[in-house]
Amino acid sequence: MANLVLAETAGDAIADATLATVTAAAQLGGDVHVLVAGSAAAADAAAKIAGVSKVLHAGDAAYANGLAENVAPLIAGLMDGYDAVLAPATTTGKNVLPRVAAMLDVMQLSDIIAVDGPKAFKRPIYAGNAIATVESSDPKLVITVRTTAFEKAAAEGGSASVDAVSGAGDAGISQFVKLDAVKSDRPELTSAGIIVSGGRALKDGPTFEQYITPLADKLGAAIGASRAAVDAGYVPNDYQVGQTGKIVAPELYVAVGISGAIQHLAGMKDSKVIVAINKDPDAPIFQVADIGLVADLFTAVPELTSKL
Amino acid sequence: MKILVPVKRVIDYNVKPRVKADGSGVDLANVKMSMNPFCEIAVEEAIRLKEAGKAEEIIAVSVGPAKAQETLRTALAMGADRAILVETEDAVEPLAVAKILKAIADEEQPGLVMLGKQAIDDDSNQTGQMLAALMGRPQGTFASEVAIEGDSVSVTREVDGGLETVKLTLPAIVTTDLRLNEPRYASLPNIMKAKKKELAVKTPADYGVDTTPRITTIHVAEPPVRKAGEIVADVDALVAKLKALGVT
Repeated sequence: MANLVLAETAGDAIADATLATVTAAAQLGGDVHVLVAGSAAAADAAAKIAGVSKVLHAGDAAYANGLAENVAPLIAGLMDGYDAVLAPATTTGKNVLPRVAAMLDVMQLSDIIAVDGPKAFKRPIYAGNAIATVESSDPKLVITVRTTAFEKAAAEGGSASVDAVSGAGDAGISQFVKLDAVKSDRPELTSAGIIVSGGRALKDGPTFEQYITPLADKLGAAIGASRAAVDAGYVPNDYQVGQTGKIVAPELYVAVGISGAIQHLAGMKDSKVIVAINKDPDAPIFQVADIGLVADLFTAVPELTSKL
Repeated sequence: MKILVPVKRVIDYNVKPRVKADGSGVDLANVKMSMNPFCEIAVEEAIRLKEAGKAEEIIAVSVGPAKAQETLRTALAMGADRAILVETEDAVEPLAVAKILKAIADEEQPGLVMLGKQAIDDDSNQTGQMLAALMGRPQGTFASEVAIEGDSVSVTREVDGGLETVKLTLPAIVTTDLRLNEPRYASLPNIMKAKKKELAVKTPADYGVDTTPRITTIHVAEPPVRKAGEIVADVDALVAKLKALGVT
């Protein structure tokens, strides 16, 4: 038998999140097949991923925007041939997979961080304040994968066959209207090696930009933010790092003017090195920071930027 | 139309959870419990839709222990019209909750079911999507904007790359993200009035739902502890540390 991975695509390319999910799928044992609901070019890219033995390409336009009402029945219909279906725990995976699970009458395992056995997994609960080891008794597994917890499979080196698949198409109950994408030349937040993140202390949007952006430019870093900074409108919501935003684990995470609420820590405490700059020596962020600087960010950040 | 709002009683979001020494779970004895923050946002949105004349009645539902009555009273005090408690002392998984909600939706025929996107205890993010699948209805997950337009609802969703808008045929299921609204506080008079509102108590068996868990928790552990870091004196020391790490 085999395991199916629902690919996350970025236009004609395969997103890094998919590569990490392929690694998780391989750890379950058996063949790894990838389902691409999108362009033929993306399916060809998926066929090159190391360790993938087959790509299923659903080219029907009904699947192109990832509407759960259309994609979930497609996946559920393919599951006779699979033991498990996995997707990255991105907003796409989280949207579609529970719908698949309910159609199969099984429970989903959300956001796994380790494979512990054929049906046993580790997953964080309570905003990452506890790690649960859980075992499924369901006949088929439906899993979303925390992509920062698994190595990325090599994007090149595989030579899988590409088979066309089709399903019921448009369920006719939902329509894609538009996507207002945030344009950015920076590294993508969830896969960036370095992240500079700002919090409420940055005061407003222009100040955030003025202090955080040059430092991020200097480090070649992605920019993140705490919920407070997002709620106050300094930056768009997809910058948010935390339990309700993105989960990141870069090599270096620089937290500027962020106190370190547990919901924020849930999103970044697996970073390799954490640097905190905060004027409050009692801020909880210093309890997880490897390197802390107690200083006013409005003087320390420009100084740091100029000296790097 | 009616709006059904499922709410969950969870550990208060400000409390740092403690893992039990025997690894059997998180210690919830004598810990402050509250309504899940995403559920509050769902209740608020339902009330706003009613205030805008888009809905006639709001029914709050909770699946959980007898104490979840407090959570339902909070929803009633915010502005829900009546409540249903499906009482069980067992931990109920999202799939079983979705099946109970489906049975209630079959009885009540709501035009909209408004849930939080995830509960902050199990962090599953499944129930709304599962309910939508069981009902065969469209889903608008992670909503930051909801607009009812005739027999459809336009939902702006917070997705990884930005904001996506979808149009769903009613009845539909919507799950709330943080930025959908700012929930109101219940006033004291409304808290008093809420005590007189109808609260029906049922059991999962009343809806013919088996709540036997499909997933067994084998062990719960503390996350790995980061080793204590170092406070540096000034920016120069920080720069030196970063350079030592290979950052230039």
